[in-house]
Amino acid sequence: MAGEILVLVEQMRGALKSTALQAMTAGAQLAAAHGTTAVAVVAGEGAEQTSAALGEHGAARVIALDADTTDRTAWAAAVAGVARKLSPAAVLLAHTTLGKDLGPRIAALLDAPMASDCVAVRSEGGAIVARRPVFAGKALVHVSGANGLLVVSIRPNALSAQKSPAAGSLEREAATPPSTGLGDVLKEVIASAQKKIELTEAAIIVSGGRGLKGPENFAMIEELAGALGAAVGASRAVVDAGWRPHGEQVGQTGKTVAPQLYIAVAISGAIQHLAGMRTAKYIVAINKDPEAPIFKVADYGIVGDAFEIVPRLTAAVKALKAQG
Amino acid sequence: MKIVACVKRVPSTDTRIKVGADGASIDTAQVEWIINPYDEFAVEAALRVKEAAGSGEVVVVTLGPADAARELKTCLAMGADRALLLKDAEASRRDALATATVLAAAIRELKPDLVLCGKQAVDNDQGQVGLLLAHLLGMPCVTEIVKLSVADGKAAVERAGDEGTTERHEVTLPAVFTCQKGLNEPRYANLKGIMAAKKKPLDERDAGPVPARLNVAGLELPAARPDGRIVGTDAAAVDELVRLLRHEAKVI
Repeated sequence: MAGEILVLVEQMRGALKSTALQAMTAGAQLAAAHGTTAVAVVAGEGAEQTSAALGEHGAARVIALDADTTDRTAWAAAVAGVARKLSPAAVLLAHTTLGKDLGPRIAALLDAPMASDCVAVRSEGGAIVARRPVFAGKALVHVSGANGLLVVSIRPNALSAQKSPAAGSLEREAATPPSTGLGDVLKEVIASAQKKIELTEAAIIVSGGRGLKGPENFAMIEELAGALGAAVGASRAVVDAGWRPHGEQVGQTGKTVAPQLYIAVAISGAIQHLAGMRTAKYIVAINKDPEAPIFKVADYGIVGDAFEIVPRLTAAVKALKAQG
Repeated sequence: MKIVACVKRVPSTDTRIKVGADGASIDTAQVEWIINPYDEFAVEAALRVKEAAGSGEVVVVTLGPADAARELKTCLAMGADRALLLKDAEASRRDALATATVLAAAIRELKPDLVLCGKQAVDNDQGQVGLLLAHLLGMPCVTEIVKLSVADGKAAVERAGDEGTTERHEVTLPAVFTCQKGLNEPRYANLKGIMAAKKKPLDERDAGPVPARLNVAGLELPAARPDGRIVGTDAAAVDELVRLLRHEAKVI
């Protein structure tokens, strides 16, 4: 059946990330609005084990694709092959580390336009329309494909995963062999010392700014983040000073994030930083300057010394978690 | 070794965005323009690859209005050897595919060994052009690289993978890479560079039409956040904050 919504789902040994279920939910809701069904495509070891969970989240069919997931060119080609057979109205995927790399490859192979990092997608007058932030969230645009198929990547945490049971019937598909090896060889994946929560996918982020006075004081931020199960973020000033790695920068030349809770510690709130985190559901600001712009976007603010407030907050969170 | 660096002129990151008269693009009246920060990493990387090789040519290419010659001159002053401006007064309205198509046609003629782009432009934030360009040129592409070295027709690059991992790729050239913050610190153009740039070739030609495939139906500003409240002015406010986060916001 042509005109379905195809959802490319990321999985790791049979386990689905929350971002994958969010994309599946977006696909199921879009399919219902568009008068069609959602089809999930999933690849890699353990792919077949995901069909029940994907069915619960609205996948009418689950295509387990036998593709080489270590080669992004081959993987994209395999997904594009499935899309060519199905002629879907849209291909959805999560805008994750993987999704933002695979999405444009798939769009290029299908010669289709793509809308990246969207916060909503809807059916309107027979067309698929996506809503996406531009200028790091200082503005939003509504975009649609000029003719037919649109590839859409969904921003992590922009919407929540919801159950809407569908059949989730499993099908197996052999990958179409990739045309040529393009000469990109993944030689090695080096693990970090500790498993890090991806900033853009984190439900809670604790960020520190220049007001922390030195890199050693980020231990306090890490401890609070640890207590909350949160990712650590940083302001541009702190990253440019070399206190924190570039991957932790939140803002217009860093990462745009949309967690449930964003705690800004000793961050004044430059326009580029605010653009990158203003879509957080709740924002807490801790800053000793009552005039700091960060308070203009904060839901809850404490005006005071971070060095006194943060350790006390960490202790309170630990006590709360201990109670369960 | 011929290296192409693609750059785009974008509004400065401290720009306050206003919706333009057409309702679908920004009001550019008060905008100060800069080279997309990620593209500066691409230009710097191109210069370093050439310097490490001891010879070669760095060509900067942009698709933009006539005024974008200014950003190209900055790249020439940084050390690029020549520049190519693909002129289109309406360049900002092009979608990623239309942009990549025009760039690919021009870059194909240059027969580069290496093509470097920023990982995304900080105006549209699509992050697509590098990958689309690679597809159109039939070259491999690694995105968001933070390390690059070139030797014997191959490039060794690193990028951040999932969950704090680092991916190390070995790529046969020619290839396209998109550059992430952390790859390098872009140099400033010095007076000598600015003087030298005046003698360097800056070619201009019309970009020609490519139909847009992505329609922009409207541009709007985000809804204002609801007014927040100051919970307290010292560490004693922590208990109330925790109570609010648990029982009102229900996020911890």
